Amino acid sequence: MNYQNEIRNFIHQNMLISEDDIDFSDDDNYFKLGFVNSLFGMKLVNFVEQKFGIEVENEDMDLKNFSTVNSLLALIHKKINV
Amino acid sequence: MSEKKEYKCVVWDLDNTLWDGVLMESSSVQLKQGIREIIETLDSRGILQSIASKNDYDLAMSKLKEFGLDEYFLYPEIHWNAKSYSLAEIQKNINIGIDTILFIDDQPFELEEVQNVHESVHCINADQYLTLLSHPSLNPRFITVDSARRRKLYQADYQRKLAESEYQGPSEAFLATLSMKFTIYPAQEEDLKRAEELTVRTNQLNATGRTFSYEELDELRQSPHHRLLVCQLEDKYGDYGKIGLALIHTQETHWKLEMLLMSCRVVSRGVGTVLLSYILQEARKQNTSLLADFRETGRNRMMYVSYRFAGFREKSSDGQGNYVLEHDLDNIQDFPPYIEVQLPNVEGGYYELSK
Repeated sequence: MNYQNEIRNFIHQNMLISEDDIDFSDDDNYFKLGFVNSLFGMKLVNFVEQKFGIEVENEDMDLKNFSTVNSLLALIHKKINV
Repeated sequence: MSEKKEYKCVVWDLDNTLWDGVLMESSSVQLKQGIREIIETLDSRGILQSIASKNDYDLAMSKLKEFGLDEYFLYPEIHWNAKSYSLAEIQKNINIGIDTILFIDDQPFELEEVQNVHESVHCINADQYLTLLSHPSLNPRFITVDSARRRKLYQADYQRKLAESEYQGPSEAFLATLSMKFTIYPAQEEDLKRAEELTVRTNQLNATGRTFSYEELDELRQSPHHRLLVCQLEDKYGDYGKIGLALIHTQETHWKLEMLLMSCRVVSRGVGTVLLSYILQEARKQNTSLLADFRETGRNRMMYVSYRFAGFREKSSDGQGNYVLEHDLDNIQDFPPYIEVQLPNVEGGYYELSK
């Protein structure tokens, strides 16, 4: 499983991003590209938990862990290796 | 528990029930005496209506249209299948309990067939139709604005679902086609019945799960230390009604968001975050810090995620699922481009929370 592609695919499919912004890098804050609504937030957390078999605790639920592909990868690796 | 059950939907037969005669035999059937008034009155009471008739669909619908009554019926079942099937379809489509349906037909066979399959549907013979309006279960205790237009809310939802399933392309572009208008205003007395209902019925996007009575809300609405806000949403298909509520405790040193909730019907529209953005912007203007209460109810994790992803962090927690969150008022999300946000004039002036 290529984690990076899985995450990018999920964001492409679920976030309201205009065509122009679709080529964001792994360090771009995608929360700033489109409008983040409650449903997207919840779906993102559920996706991460189910896809990678981890549990996102309240203290992990920080914007800085979720707002770029690379920061999310770091969170997932940290949780998996615990 | 309840001394009186209220019916939510009346399902009508057509031939010899709604009109005299059989449509397939004579196209010049006439409405029964008083039937129009009964249908209109039930509608204004917020009671939904549908049809279960063994007939030709196009013929029957055009006759109803000719009478000007077609728009009153949701999900009409007009075909040659069993009426118990029709009742099941109507129940599923409108999504109400089968025991909240009243079925009226002139043929004992049909009444029995339905009763046999759906024990809890209330069946009455068409010769009783003049008693309908005085039936206690068809006289709701409160009639709010939202109940009087309940049928229209259902019809608009149907159109919306249809449009969304047919739309090809990015969902932001679809949302833009809806021309959504989101209005935020201070709660008025006439909003309170619905506001109370929202605190009771909202689960997922509810920050504390705490319910408030009409009287409590009325007090808070008039308190100089609180702001009680109501939100409304409409789009080109119609009105969603009042769908959100926020309570802010304005103190000297800080503001505290003590309640925030948003109906599940609008969760995919991004409006919860709009309300939060508005309150954050107002707090920043006022140069005060903003705290928010959150209580885990087991069903409202979506609200916790919403707060955190809007930039709130945990300030304190009692270890029992009660949290106080805080926002530093940097990085507030703008309103999404596909929603027009309206902050109405109040008493002649632009409404600002801090006033």
